[in-house]
Amino acid sequence: MILALIIIALVILGASAAAMLSRNLIHSALLLVVAWAGIAAFYLWAGAEFVAFAQALIYVGAVSMIVLFAVLLTRQGATAAPVEFDSWRRAVLGLMVAGGVMGVMFGAIMGSPLDGRIASPTPTITVKQLGLLLMGPYAPALLIVGVLLTVALLGAIVIAAVDKSEETP
Amino acid sequence: MNLETLPLQLRDAIVGLFPPALQWSVHHVLSITVILTVFGLFFAFTTIAERKLLARVQNRLGPNRSGLPWFRQLKLWGLTQPFADAIKAFTKEDVVPAAADKVLHFLAPVLIVAFSLLGFAVLPFGRHLIPVELDAALLYFFAAGAATELAIFMAGWGSRNKYSLLAAMRALAQLISYELPLLLSVVPVVMVCGTLSTKEIALAQGGWTFGVLPHWHVFTPWGLAAFLIFLVATLAESNRSPFDLPEAESELIAGHLTEYSGFKYALFFMAEYFGLTALSGLGVTLFLGGWQAPCAFLEFIPSYLWFMLKLVGMIVFFIWVRGTLLRLRIDQLTRLSWKFLVPLALLNLGNGAFWALTTDWTGPLALARWAISAAIVIVPFVLLGRQLTTGQTTRTYRYAPS
Repeated sequence: MILALIIIALVILGASAAAMLSRNLIHSALLLVVAWAGIAAFYLWAGAEFVAFAQALIYVGAVSMIVLFAVLLTRQGATAAPVEFDSWRRAVLGLMVAGGVMGVMFGAIMGSPLDGRIASPTPTITVKQLGLLLMGPYAPALLIVGVLLTVALLGAIVIAAVDKSEETP
Repeated sequence: MNLETLPLQLRDAIVGLFPPALQWSVHHVLSITVILTVFGLFFAFTTIAERKLLARVQNRLGPNRSGLPWFRQLKLWGLTQPFADAIKAFTKEDVVPAAADKVLHFLAPVLIVAFSLLGFAVLPFGRHLIPVELDAALLYFFAAGAATELAIFMAGWGSRNKYSLLAAMRALAQLISYELPLLLSVVPVVMVCGTLSTKEIALAQGGWTFGVLPHWHVFTPWGLAAFLIFLVATLAESNRSPFDLPEAESELIAGHLTEYSGFKYALFFMAEYFGLTALSGLGVTLFLGGWQAPCAFLEFIPSYLWFMLKLVGMIVFFIWVRGTLLRLRIDQLTRLSWKFLVPLALLNLGNGAFWALTTDWTGPLALARWAISAAIVIVPFVLLGRQLTTGQTTRTYRYAPS
């Protein structure tokens, strides 16, 4: 079991490192998808079946498409990104943001009680229980996420919509 | 000898030949081999059935010449055609454009076949025949299918051909548009059954009213509506006519497959048929009662045969649709999804909730339940249809003689 974890971790780390080092943006995006799939595999390893499939469905299926479309629509022609040194200001800002995110994650992981046991490959909590939890005690969180996504969707439509009469051929 | 458990007994006998340490692996490798063989052959014979049926629809004969290698006088109605096609695809030259991204160009057909096969793992083929029993089987099915979009993108972008890339974007727009009605049409089933497991959903459709009317979901108002939406979305998701405009062999040069040749091209077709078969199998499981027999007195026929019979019925229906309907334009295609199917599927979601909440209505109330549920489906269908078709005239053909 530990061997599988090591392989999954190597795939995730390797894919992320390669994504950052690649000069081709499309290659980076696709390698990022590999890393996301690796995270799904990790959830599966940890016995969280539902989260693993949701991760695959949302990240590998949907978010990857958004990333790829964004890359293709914003860069005309060349998809190679410059990786040369740009300016000190950008470097410092980048390091600060990365450090901040890492600090928050590190604090959250260290602050949460960790279970040292190796997880069982079969899920201990069924999808039905998960659904009841989401609809019961965690319903406010679900509603807030829903409202947030609706606002984002409406905002995207407002930005994208152009008022002009269109003639269909 | 029990026909119902015969495949299981065979499997256990073969697994028993191996030492205990290997049995777990042998068990699963055996399941995978059986799925690959059965659905590989199913794919081969679907292609010949499609060609023959389409030919009959168009008043032709279809392929009827290919025989056996050493018995030339034996024609077998051309049934060996798919094997001849396979040999042809294998021996063709594999052309890769000089400017193409070699790795992605190679990976795209491999990935698309691999991911289109994953869905078969959770389909209950019979009462006791299900390769993997998962609690979240439906979610797994759609998660496995989601990666085919990536493969299409890789095919379009990796070819380094602007027409391939444009066609891949069109194909993706279509896939994303129809993913929504497909998923929304499945949710009412989950709501009414209260489970994501395909095995439980097939089991929940057992039993008959008066011994003849099966309790399949397609025979309820919400189930019929969901099934019809599912059918349209399946046609679009698996790139079938009348939604085959990403490929459109008569107008575009095969879209994102322009730069593919030989066996790689055949792999894309294989993936298309695997995807269609898997989605049809899911449709059979969710709406057409899965492996359940239609009447109580027909239960002596093994359940897996019923499943395959229904699957073949679905495939023949899709071939019939292909021979009958004309291809849509891309604006008509996306309009159908976003303005018609998605609102109807959302309303049907509420219909499924109503059905799940009123399971205790009996006697005259049961009739009211049916009437209300049918009204929730039919009234919006008619109103929305009328509203969307006002101002639309019949298509005019400027350059074709009337």
